[in-house]
Amino acid sequence: MADLTELNLAEARDGLAKKEFSAVELTEAHMARVSASSALNAYVLETPEKALEMAAESDKKIAAGEARPLEGLPIGVKDLFCTKGVRTTACSNILGDFTPPYESTVTQNLWGDGAVMLGKLNNDEFAMGSSNETSRFGPVVNPWKANGTELVPGGSSGGSSAAVAARLGIAATATDTGGSIRQPAAFTGTVGLKPTYGRCSRWGIVAFASSLDQAGPITHTVRDAAMMLTSMASFDKRDTTSIERDVPDYEAALTGDIKGLRVGIPQEYRVDNMPAEIENLWQQGIDWLKAAGAEIVDVSLPHTKYALPAYYIIAPAEASSNLARYDGVRYGARQNGVDIDDMYAQTRAAGFGDEVKRRVMIGTYALSAGYYDAYYVKALQVRRLIAEDFTKAYQKCDVLLTPTTPSAAFPIGKNVEDPLEMYLNDVFTVTVNLAGLPGISVPAGLDSDGLPLGLQLIGKAFGEEELLRTAGVLEEAAGFDAQPQDWWSA
Amino acid sequence: MSVDENMVRRIANLARIGVSDDDVPGLAKELSAILGFVEQLSELDTDGVKPLTSAVEDKIRGRDDVVTDGGYAEDVLANAPEKDDEYFAVPKVVE
Repeated sequence: MADLTELNLAEARDGLAKKEFSAVELTEAHMARVSASSALNAYVLETPEKALEMAAESDKKIAAGEARPLEGLPIGVKDLFCTKGVRTTACSNILGDFTPPYESTVTQNLWGDGAVMLGKLNNDEFAMGSSNETSRFGPVVNPWKANGTELVPGGSSGGSSAAVAARLGIAATATDTGGSIRQPAAFTGTVGLKPTYGRCSRWGIVAFASSLDQAGPITHTVRDAAMMLTSMASFDKRDTTSIERDVPDYEAALTGDIKGLRVGIPQEYRVDNMPAEIENLWQQGIDWLKAAGAEIVDVSLPHTKYALPAYYIIAPAEASSNLARYDGVRYGARQNGVDIDDMYAQTRAAGFGDEVKRRVMIGTYALSAGYYDAYYVKALQVRRLIAEDFTKAYQKCDVLLTPTTPSAAFPIGKNVEDPLEMYLNDVFTVTVNLAGLPGISVPAGLDSDGLPLGLQLIGKAFGEEELLRTAGVLEEAAGFDAQPQDWWSA
Repeated sequence: MSVDENMVRRIANLARIGVSDDDVPGLAKELSAILGFVEQLSELDTDGVKPLTSAVEDKIRGRDDVVTDGGYAEDVLANAPEKDDEYFAVPKVVE
């Protein structure tokens, strides 16, 4: 039998349907790779027994002719998603050995469609980071290397991106608050889709910045992303910002036809010091879409440069409020103090890592009396200007094309000492979260060091079908089929 | 806006994060750098712009004010660091 971990989601589904192999065989093949991959540190918890049990159930369904849309397909789950009876920590010490007595809506949707859980994936602590170096379980190593140097897999969904790139799961769940799906996808040669805000339920996902957080998949292909989104998306009464709207079959949108589509090129994304390779790849993307029959339109998003500063007030403000719940009373690791206030302070001092503390403190400051209007309200006003930029641009175009990141994956440790340098990673992705729009990163080429680079497409709110269709055309034109050389399997 | 050491202590107290004296100067520097970066927002004239709190501007859905969930204290308490019968236990608050 061929190596079953070489298959993408759609191929594995079709192989299972034709009974070329069983769900248990498919799952076992991935489990073997997972258990040999500790050098990557992508998984923080493996759930082999659960995986085999779910796969055996899938084989029964397939035999009975009752296969569900993702029947028997083994995937990894970012440790931000609560999984019933399976430790969930958001990769923070403060959650201790928290074991949720409930399942997040998104993962429940996936299991309900027959997907198989391989385990929980590493991420930056509370999803705060762009390199997966803030995790309590230590950094994830990118399967891709340049000149022998170990690189970050991006963040915060670095476990998800590394796992898919290294074939430790056919797909993975992830979350994106400022770029945390798209940036790691770009760094690992995978596809990362952040849906429209409100498309996937946030219920049961550990909250970072609630007005920006959105779940989505990291996959090998655009088709796989469409399959995953069709399952992950739903209306959920338990999330007050969930949108009541039918979920289409996103895979059916991949017609390959974008004739007449207007693709906007935002001039403000030509930032200073952008590497020539990224600039060239962007131009290449423009040429590909033009050749496929799209019309290229220059557009302006004039407030782009203010997106990161606005984000670094809004996200920390929401985080400081959301993370107030970690007080050592109801769950997680408690530190004893001389009185209850001291218990809170000691618990939070010991439980939160440096980056989380920084952001909670920035947020607390921005929300405190005397600074609220100058920082928080100001940032929300700028957020509206950014959202209006997109509304205006979409009068002239249907989707936008940009680079995903200003660079390829960087070495582990490079930006750890300088939070601001780290924040700049999200310069092209963060606007999308502020405006609540869908965005996707598609692997489009390799740089001179042989590292993957991604192009980002941004859609209209709930324009995932058009977005995925365009991404499919971009993917086809790019023909990206490079894979990292396996140096990690033990 | 630069954050001095007193301000760091004040914010840390508001955020209920214990900081040691050794941590304070470093935090003051880091928080000042981040706020310095954010300072560029003041270049923009936002007079009269309505703050945007959420990308979803639909009215928040209402629901009937009835109990829809609950009745499983054991689950709720399952992850408690300390519990006493059906209660979370904390250090004595009232003398």
